[in-house]
Amino acid sequence: MRPWIVPVAAALLLAALPAVLTPYTQDLVVKIAIYAVFALSLELLVGAAGLVSLGHAAFLGIGAYVTVMATGDGGGASALWLLPAAMGAAALYAAFVGALSLRTKGVYFIMVTLAFAQMAYFVFHDTKLGGGSDGIFLYSKPVIQFGQTVLLDLDRKPDLYYTVLAALVFTYALLGLINRSRFGHALAGIRVNEQRMRAAGYTTYGYKLAAFVIAGALAGLAGFLLAVKDGAVNPELLSWHESGAVLLMIILGGIGSLRGAVIGAMAFTLLKELFQSEALLGPLAGHWQLTLGLTIIAFVALLPKGLIGLKARLAGGAHA
Amino acid sequence: MDFATFLVQCLNAVQYGLLLFLVASGLTLIFGIMGVINLAHGSFYMIGAYLAFVLAPYFGDWYLTKLLAGVVLAAVFGYLLEWAFFSFLYQREHLQQVLMTYALILVFEELRSMLVGNDVHGVQAPSWLAGGFKLGELMSYPWYRVFASVACIVLALALYGVVNRTRLGMMIRAGASNRDMVRGLGIDIQRLYRIVFAGGVALAALAGMIAAPLSSVYPGMGGSVLIICFVVVVIGGIGSITGALVASLLVGFVDTFGKVFFAEYSGIGVYLLMAVILVWRPEGLMRRSF
Repeated sequence: MRPWIVPVAAALLLAALPAVLTPYTQDLVVKIAIYAVFALSLELLVGAAGLVSLGHAAFLGIGAYVTVMATGDGGGASALWLLPAAMGAAALYAAFVGALSLRTKGVYFIMVTLAFAQMAYFVFHDTKLGGGSDGIFLYSKPVIQFGQTVLLDLDRKPDLYYTVLAALVFTYALLGLINRSRFGHALAGIRVNEQRMRAAGYTTYGYKLAAFVIAGALAGLAGFLLAVKDGAVNPELLSWHESGAVLLMIILGGIGSLRGAVIGAMAFTLLKELFQSEALLGPLAGHWQLTLGLTIIAFVALLPKGLIGLKARLAGGAHA
Repeated sequence: MDFATFLVQCLNAVQYGLLLFLVASGLTLIFGIMGVINLAHGSFYMIGAYLAFVLAPYFGDWYLTKLLAGVVLAAVFGYLLEWAFFSFLYQREHLQQVLMTYALILVFEELRSMLVGNDVHGVQAPSWLAGGFKLGELMSYPWYRVFASVACIVLALALYGVVNRTRLGMMIRAGASNRDMVRGLGIDIQRLYRIVFAGGVALAALAGMIAAPLSSVYPGMGGSVLIICFVVVVIGGIGSITGALVASLLVGFVDTFGKVFFAEYSGIGVYLLMAVILVWRPEGLMRRSF
């Protein structure tokens, strides 16, 4: 089977879904798709290049904050410049963080990315910029219009749904192309053996920095969508819990495949939704962190290769 | 800023730095020796602080006895935790450790909220350490902070002694540099790890207990300490106890004086410090010492 058949079928299915979805489930699909974009952006770092970042939420948060702050008070801003602005700002911070943190390796890299994300968190949390610890509201959603014709108004549910879906398809396709490109192969080479790549004449630092900036920009895209969907931002978007959660998604799904990132984002969001649901779990719903934590521990213990590995395990028995 | 104020701030900086050192040394010890990235290390600090709060009514002014009881409890807890959750993680990738310890944070935070609630609590310093001594005309410096600094210095010296001068320390250092060789010599490395881990937990919890009367106990206190400790470990150099000490003091000063001079932006100071040091020395200030 060709590798693109399943993703294309999934995208078509998602495009047809709104016909049968309730408003609640449609919201849930939008949320999952946004987190899938976010998880995919981190997958480029962790899965393709082997760079484990624990500060990825900074770029999500910056994208979201720029979206809200650049909109201002009067009417919806044009998505045509708002989206590039959000992604650009995230990419800019990614260039700064990447340039410094890529000087380090392994565990250092994990800690340094976390610390830089925390720095961004404090900028939004402690200063008046962006409403302090309360965050700010996005009163008017982005639009695209020429003259009087409104082509896109993200305040409308279907517009938001298809924009998010388009973003997911774009991100998935882009990363699929990157993985098959010369650039992607170089990243894979760096992941396996950086020494050897350097000996082969690659400037590995440049490649890693480029991957870091692209991943940052894509996380900014997710941030833009999240701010538009929720209509508000707050510093928790940049918190290390969020960075941990997205890393969790891709580990949960299975590192090293785009599909894994999407499945992980879906599984994580649904698990969280399930554990928070009072209708299903009653008083236990108030303690969702406990049930989520214990579930993750069980996953780590039982599924070292993530949910993607489950299929192989079921099919291949002991060889999984 | 007059001289007395300056002196008080310096003392505060040293005291905060020393406290950070206790937590960070446990973190770097566990990583340096066992190769485990322990995101839950901040939770042990939080557990210590809450132990100080929960145990307080039972011990009254028997403050040192209370600390001792807390440390013993924390060490036993660490020993059991290593046995239950960490012992099978050593063969796994760092990512799996990150995931597991992140999950443990969620579990600990929720258990904390179920057992003692989400309120902010104050913890009393013992009455024999109440008050302070005069510094200059208007300033006075609390005795409890002096006690905290002295306790940290004593513990730091004890840690140095154990790692560098005892048979256990010798095994620890050997285990860090060549695991298989140590196992080959017939040393039970599993048990050695369990002891190191329990020790790291006890250090973090003790730091939390000492800090409780100074900073009160509150939800999420573990997370903020953990991240500052990461900064300390990155600045100092992973696996270097001396590096951790130098970096802790540096961070203590930057944080304390940042709050004095740039109140609103003070949270960012230590991260800028880290950025500067990374540009200058990506491997941290010191090389690993074991």
